[in-house]
Amino acid sequence: MVALVIRRSIQSVVVMLVVALLAFTLFRYVGDPVAMMVGQDTSLVERAALREKLGLNDPVPLQFARFVVNTAQGQFGISYQIGRPVAELLVERMPATLELSLVAALFALFIGIPMGVYTALNPKKWLSTVFLTISLIGISLPTFLIGILLILLFGVVLGWLPTFGRGEVVQLGWWTTGFLTASGWKSLLMPAFTLGMFQLTLIMRLVRSEMLEVLLTDYIKFARARGLSNRAVNFGHALKNTLVPVITITGLQLGSIIAFAIITETVFQWPGMGLLFIQAISLVDIPIMSAYLVLIAMFFVVINLIVDILYHVVDPRLRVDVRGAQG
Amino acid sequence: MRIKTLVLASAIAAAIAMPGHAKELRFAFQGTLNSFDPYNLNETFHLGTFGNIYEGLVRRGADMAIEPALATSWEVLEPTRWRFHLRKGVKFHNGNAFNADDVVFSAKRVRADGSDLKSRIATDTKVIKVDDYTVDFVTSQPNPILHFEWGTWYIMDKEWTEENDAVAPQSVGGETENYATRHANGTGPFMLESHESGVKTVAVVNPNWWDNANKEHNLTKVVFTPIGSDPTRVAALLSGQIDMAYPIPVQDQQRVADNSGTSMLVGPETRTIFLGMDQFSDELLYSSVKGKNPFKDKRVREALYRAIDIKAIQEKVMRGNSEPSSMMIAPGLTSISPTHFARLGYDPAKAKQLLADAGFGGGFEVGMDCPNDRYVNDEAICTAVVGMLAKVGVKVNLLAQPKAKYFPKVLAPNLDTSFYLLGWTPGSLDSWNVFNNLIGCPRMSDDAPIWNKADREKISIGKFNLGGYCNPKVDALASKILSETDKAKRDAMIEQAWAMTIDDIAYIPLHQQALSWGVSNKVKLAQRVDNVFAWRHVVMQ
Repeated sequence: MVALVIRRSIQSVVVMLVVALLAFTLFRYVGDPVAMMVGQDTSLVERAALREKLGLNDPVPLQFARFVVNTAQGQFGISYQIGRPVAELLVERMPATLELSLVAALFALFIGIPMGVYTALNPKKWLSTVFLTISLIGISLPTFLIGILLILLFGVVLGWLPTFGRGEVVQLGWWTTGFLTASGWKSLLMPAFTLGMFQLTLIMRLVRSEMLEVLLTDYIKFARARGLSNRAVNFGHALKNTLVPVITITGLQLGSIIAFAIITETVFQWPGMGLLFIQAISLVDIPIMSAYLVLIAMFFVVINLIVDILYHVVDPRLRVDVRGAQG
Repeated sequence: MRIKTLVLASAIAAAIAMPGHAKELRFAFQGTLNSFDPYNLNETFHLGTFGNIYEGLVRRGADMAIEPALATSWEVLEPTRWRFHLRKGVKFHNGNAFNADDVVFSAKRVRADGSDLKSRIATDTKVIKVDDYTVDFVTSQPNPILHFEWGTWYIMDKEWTEENDAVAPQSVGGETENYATRHANGTGPFMLESHESGVKTVAVVNPNWWDNANKEHNLTKVVFTPIGSDPTRVAALLSGQIDMAYPIPVQDQQRVADNSGTSMLVGPETRTIFLGMDQFSDELLYSSVKGKNPFKDKRVREALYRAIDIKAIQEKVMRGNSEPSSMMIAPGLTSISPTHFARLGYDPAKAKQLLADAGFGGGFEVGMDCPNDRYVNDEAICTAVVGMLAKVGVKVNLLAQPKAKYFPKVLAPNLDTSFYLLGWTPGSLDSWNVFNNLIGCPRMSDDAPIWNKADREKISIGKFNLGGYCNPKVDALASKILSETDKAKRDAMIEQAWAMTIDDIAYIPLHQQALSWGVSNKVKLAQRVDNVFAWRHVVMQ
């Protein structure tokens, strides 16, 4: 187990370096930050001086080395546009993204699993067909379209829910939460649904196919032969075995939910890290872009590591193999 | 019984006291507010918003007329010496008194390293404190429009800025955050309460504003939220969650107008959209024509001009929201009548004839550069132009990019373009700004080559004249215009200079784009032609 953690950690460092290198290469093609930082009256001489000051004229390997060293020390620099330390900005915006991602993931999980179970157990019923059609729509419609349609329906036509923003938030230390206010919850509903929709369809189909497979296995047949009730068989045995791969996938997908909340945050003007990132792209705010990419890479890496470790802990077969190899 | 009456009475009292007193304006714009340091970025939205919290020596009224603000009056003692009399009894939001020391300090700070508003006051202008409420500005040469851009040169409190270590303007690319980034101390009708860039900015009314006796507005609080996504912004306005939103995309204007609680405010803006052509290269960078530059021939430029059907662009692309231009400046900013200069008419047959006369009867290919997220429907306009030019035989290869990539490509020093679309608003709302930036010959001296590669970054006159148009007679007029103090003479010279550039077909002007503000019916406000939203004109029901 320790060997596993060490091996994975080394791999993680390599992954982060590769991400940093790719991100860095990309930044050279995103545009000119200086053009975005000055007004139309700024003289050409001053623009050139600014470029020099920001180190944009230095050779690429030097810029990259500087970037890696600074990042390793946690110094992400000051945003070109906003003028505040990037670390502070990310910390301020993180609670919004994490809360949204968490609620979206939980929504996908707690709705997706029952739907998946139902469609697996009752494949011929019309409700199953409805669920499957909905899931198809959920996969094919792009996120921003779902978001805009929801805003139109619930925000403009019916007027039940707010069309943008996070509502009233309560400050708890360095965390700002929208969970403690009514307007916070109302604002959370549509974005969480939009973000979780794809996850929901994924989980539903995964649970369905896994369960269908598990229901055909021998141990289920034997359990039925023994006379166990349907509930005991379906939920006590089949579901439990179905859930292991589902939890793995969900864990891995959590990282991508956090990263791809960008689109949802843009549509709903949700003040999270994703919105910060996309604003930074259009304004070529390189410190924010690089810090965000490094942070997301770290999230992915850490989540993957935890999932791998959990998998080893949870699945006895893997543990036996490892011990067998040692013995 | 008594308790019941008491409770009832207090409930009634509360009901009377609460509504109707707090007037909160909530509005949204597509861009974000970054640093609150008033010298950090020379950009209309930032400076316009700061104008509600900070003030300059003068300010622009709703009709763009220059009004006294922190200066009550001014006079030109000698052609190079202006005397400004400062307003007495004005206090900054933190209670400090406003006086000449603050003006001298602000004049120094706006020209310091890190300021993006250095052009507000020339480097060699001396700022002299005569007494606590009088300041002299001594320029090196006469400048009749010295104060035209001072509506956006905001006066900062010397003591507050020094106390909070913000004497050096927010240095982009610096290492630490400047206090002025999120805090403001001005003299304006509103005080900054909180500012989270990209999230929300809140301002409250200033009860001690010097102009409260004449105040028009009835607001107590203003909340600004940036909403970048167009559909979300429109939805927020339609649902009543915000009271004003701009800009409203042209395709949503009808919806906002038809909606019962909102209406549209449209009108021409001071921004002119135009096409520029490379006229200085010996051979175009992106063209099928080798060995010569077709745009050097006035007939070719005229042909392209005549190939463009501006009415079609106005009706189909801009949905009626544009004002076709014949000049490179909004006529309202000059004393020239809008009908004085006419556009060259749409005439594709004549265009083909002109091309044949110039030796390009078989047409030619040229590359075009266009931004796609800077001006209203910019990419759509370029696409329409491509189609129109194809009809006369000129095949255009369009490259449309986001502004972050477009501007570095086409602006100096790269000038990596042959044919481009650009928009311009003269910050001083005066013609000289356009002559200096777009028309002036971009070369270091009279015999130096235009846009000489070695000197490109040193060019100051004509720095946005990417096509390298050069007419020394116009330049001579422009420098006279700069220092001519007699208004009638100056206006005559301006008209003469415009006539010359129009005759030369230096550029192909397209139109003035339109303002597009969506407003709740509960709000009355003043729409300024420079797209600035001044909260002091807002009355809410």
